[in-house]
Amino acid sequence: MWSLIQIELYKIFRRPRTYIAFGAIAALIVVIQLGLKIDGDTYAAFLMKDINDTLTVDGKVLNGYLICYILLQLLLVHVPLLVALIAADMISGEANLGTLRLLFSTPFSRTQWVLAKFIAASVYTILLLIWLAFLALFVSMWVFGTDDLFLMKSNYVVLIEQNDVLWRYVGAFVFASFSLLTVTSLGFLMSSMANNSIGPIVGTMSAIVFFTILSTLNIPLFTVIKPYLFTTHMNNWKEFFDIQVNDSNEAIHGSVLNIPKIKNSLIVLTLHIILFVSASIIIIKKKDILS
Amino acid sequence: MKKYIINLFGCSLFFISFFVSVNVLAQTDPLIEKVSQKLAQVNDYVAEGTMKTDVSFIKASLGKVKVYFKKPNLLKVKKEGGISLLPRGGVSLTINTLLNTKQYTTIPSGTQVLNGKNVTVIKLIPTDDNLDWVISTLWIDPVEALVYKTATTTKENGSYEITMQYGEYAQQGLASKIIFSFNTKDYKLPNGITLEFGDEDPAAKKKALKNKKGTIEITYSKYTINKGIPNNIF
Repeated sequence: MWSLIQIELYKIFRRPRTYIAFGAIAALIVVIQLGLKIDGDTYAAFLMKDINDTLTVDGKVLNGYLICYILLQLLLVHVPLLVALIAADMISGEANLGTLRLLFSTPFSRTQWVLAKFIAASVYTILLLIWLAFLALFVSMWVFGTDDLFLMKSNYVVLIEQNDVLWRYVGAFVFASFSLLTVTSLGFLMSSMANNSIGPIVGTMSAIVFFTILSTLNIPLFTVIKPYLFTTHMNNWKEFFDIQVNDSNEAIHGSVLNIPKIKNSLIVLTLHIILFVSASIIIIKKKDILS
Repeated sequence: MKKYIINLFGCSLFFISFFVSVNVLAQTDPLIEKVSQKLAQVNDYVAEGTMKTDVSFIKASLGKVKVYFKKPNLLKVKKEGGISLLPRGGVSLTINTLLNTKQYTTIPSGTQVLNGKNVTVIKLIPTDDNLDWVISTLWIDPVEALVYKTATTTKENGSYEITMQYGEYAQQGLASKIIFSFNTKDYKLPNGITLEFGDEDPAAKKKALKNKKGTIEITYSKYTINKGIPNNIF
């Protein structure tokens, strides 16, 4: 099995298109960091307009932790599209080239090949996330420095002490890995149903866009189905950055406001991954390889 | 002639009463003088303490702060290694900064019972137009010559109430605990900016609407008095 995974990883990282996602993430992050470095104070002043009417905020608001949060908010919506580029090509690409028949004629079972391909695609996804974390968090910390995380949400502000922030990012990135692996498994499922790469890639991207729109619309009709959509749960990494308060409205150091929500989302995402990968195995096992 | 004498008498009476009233207003209340004398012992101080922020739309934990004061009215609150939130313009209006300017007239406003204590109420009106505040009411314990509460209206930053508790440093007129109360305005950022689509927290929204008063509480643990503070701190 390990040798199959190695073969699949070799195939992934030999293709130039694999590095498009790494390049795109780096370019986006650098551009946003540059913009905020040059004109970040104007952006911060705009965000803090309402607060500044009442309070004076003293300290480095626009620090590496806040920059990372802003970047994750912007990028974790789009990174799934980059993941789909590789994941949705894993089986259909081979079918298109006619090499799938060769793979399945080896002594290894179809299930082993499918699992090896999925694990290789997952390694790519995790590496992409680590790259994102390195650029968004560590480079931002280096460029902008660190301070408390002053997080402006729609209806309230959360001030998290700087020694209470880093573990939340670890949690958020672990959570994000589940979100992106769900996209990987969806792309993988689409890939198992097609004989060319374009259809599954576009199909995966369309599914993500479609379900994301349903998840964000506050229309009662969609509220019923929202809890079952993986896109509803993908954004819940933000829950790591909301803290509990006691009766005196003092924030509790090291607390997370809604742990059950995080657990629930992780369960839903894991179930989606299992469902999509299992469906892929079943489809491939029954598939006639005609190409 | 008779009419002229009556008019002259009337005018004289008006001017006399005007000058008398101005003179009364210009006099500093002896109790204020007593409080000022107590505060005059302190040229500068550095106070260490903890700060609690209680504003309905803010979730913040207790933070360690250092408060720097230098005569006549320099004051700075600094949070150690973090972001601090202070009422806009209000935190500098402590009793030291109000009384040390000496540019005010006093109006005695009777006595009241405040937290079981008989206190004298005195209003201060600034005589210098350039000062930030418009009027300030002081609740003073006449026996200890300690100010327990102030309510100040400023020109640009609204009204503030400051409640004080005293302990170890009461002899110097320095509080062990200060609570700033102020009115807060609405806080709302569009979802398009925060990218929080479809995940509003109704409880937080309800709470934010309910409570429009904010408080900042500083509990002092230690004062370092009259050791000198460089001006670049402020």
